[in-house]
Amino acid sequence: MSERGQALSPTLAVNLHQVGPMPLAAEFHCEAGELLALVGPSGSGKTTLLRSIAGLYRPASGHISCAGEVWFDRARSVALPPQRRRVGMVFQDYALFPHLSALGNVMVALGHLPAMQRRTRALEWLARVRLEGLAERYPAQLSGGQRQRVAVARALARNPRVLLLDEPFSAVDQVTRRRLQRELALLREEIHIPIVLVTHDLDEASALADRLCVLHGGRSLQQGTPEALFRHPASPAVARLLDRHNVFSGEVVECAGQRRLKWGPCYLEVDHGLAGHPLGRQLSWYLPPSDVVLHRRGRPSHGERENPVQARVAEMVVLGGMTSVSLAFDHTPRLMRFEMATHAARRNGLARDESVQVSLLASGIHLMHESSDDHQPRHLQDTPQGALP
Amino acid sequence: MDWTALSVSLRLAFGTCLLLIPFGLWLGRTLASRDFRGKAFCEALVALPLVMPPTVLGFYLMQSFGSDAPFGALWHRLFGDGLNFTFNGILVASLLANLPFAVQPIQRAFESVPGNLREAAWCSGLSPWQTLLRIELPLVWPGIVSAMALTFAHTLGEFGVILMVGGSIDGETRTLAIAIYDRVQAFDEQGAGIMSAMLLALSFMTIGVVYGLAGRRRWRHV
Repeated sequence: MSERGQALSPTLAVNLHQVGPMPLAAEFHCEAGELLALVGPSGSGKTTLLRSIAGLYRPASGHISCAGEVWFDRARSVALPPQRRRVGMVFQDYALFPHLSALGNVMVALGHLPAMQRRTRALEWLARVRLEGLAERYPAQLSGGQRQRVAVARALARNPRVLLLDEPFSAVDQVTRRRLQRELALLREEIHIPIVLVTHDLDEASALADRLCVLHGGRSLQQGTPEALFRHPASPAVARLLDRHNVFSGEVVECAGQRRLKWGPCYLEVDHGLAGHPLGRQLSWYLPPSDVVLHRRGRPSHGERENPVQARVAEMVVLGGMTSVSLAFDHTPRLMRFEMATHAARRNGLARDESVQVSLLASGIHLMHESSDDHQPRHLQDTPQGALP
Repeated sequence: MDWTALSVSLRLAFGTCLLLIPFGLWLGRTLASRDFRGKAFCEALVALPLVMPPTVLGFYLMQSFGSDAPFGALWHRLFGDGLNFTFNGILVASLLANLPFAVQPIQRAFESVPGNLREAAWCSGLSPWQTLLRIELPLVWPGIVSAMALTFAHTLGEFGVILMVGGSIDGETRTLAIAIYDRVQAFDEQGAGIMSAMLLALSFMTIGVVYGLAGRRRWRHV
């Protein structure tokens, strides 16, 4: 990296907009040493954004800068070609050059070094990704995991200012995927550049990333740490994209001089945010499954006086040691899901159509502005943990 | 054996390959990698000599090579010579007649190279020219060899177009294929037989070289 690059904060900042053909309205940043995961369903623009950073796609407007250098600025007609952006990119199917050996593939990316040093350095990179002894093999002679490692070595060999990973674990089996994910986590300790990971696997994203950026239809809807996003989705749309189920709507009311959230016949206490809304406003709210507490029959349990609600067990799905329980309520067609240990479910005699009582913890209820059917994005702000959007 | 005819045939075949393959590389790559208006029309034009009777192509070329036609007049002004009944004339005719044999194998080869290899090369720091030389050409090389072999072999055997444009002038436009026809007309079956065997051997060798080279791509074998 140049001295200039080291002197400036090597932050990747992306702000891109266009109406078509692929609509984009995305803004995010990624600090050195940080791993940002772009998550969203197919067609949400994740790969287009990654390709824009690499210089393989030019959006209609926007700005991309990295390490203090402007890579793309439509207003000033700046658009550096991929060769001048110093990006390391791992493609979804790795895009290894089939006619070159593993060594040859890595050496291609070492054009910035004198010819004498390239072979030695390429061998060093292959050793770093644990491919000693396989340098002379062609891609067709390598396993999926080995190919992915060659692709990572090739991406890093160029001494990039940003590492871009486009669904890098999608082409391998689950055992290999876990191993490669672990290796990526270890590799992160050695490289101090921004890393942007594109994935549609939420578990993968939350396990590997420091922050997530949720995308839909080319728009960045919300950014934040996985914990913050999973507990405080900015909108029902984000909750849906993050596979959060317990989204309902209620009305702000006053009950015995206290602000409450009216949800069917229930007047729910809410620890945070209710005071900021006028009476009569309809709000969407989300409750993490961990904040649904099942009352034990015949014995008082902790928190049972907090937002007690009567429900009926609509569905019980045993998934190994955990059981996913869906509750139905008379006043809404939506189900509320939570998980509990299978042995606890058995001990409590839970069964379909049984009547149960649960508490909805007031500290877990998260209020959202839009109604639950609203797809409009919130403004692109990080949501600090525990704060309301 | 008409060695002069063999020499004309070989000069024509090598000249056609030398001029047409670089053009085929450019056009084949353009057609494979870009979408533009009129692309289908362009591809149809390239393929036209495949389906057009050679005598019809030869007839139109003969007409356009005349000094009163725009192309013939332009050629005359530039080079001070006509095209009909000259070696240059049959060379130009051969270039057009062989267009599909040169372009199509190269286009198919470029189409089979995944687009993200090119992008991976750019992201690895290779310029577009370096990408072409170090990544694309080694991958499309069998297609180029096929195009060369097909063009070479087809030119050796070309008859109708050459006869229409060049006639049968000894040492100038009489190729081996035309010499065989002349020998048969003169009831010299032995002479025709020797020359036919020579053409057969040349064609077989050319195709043999293609298959031999194509089989040497060890990186394809796991």
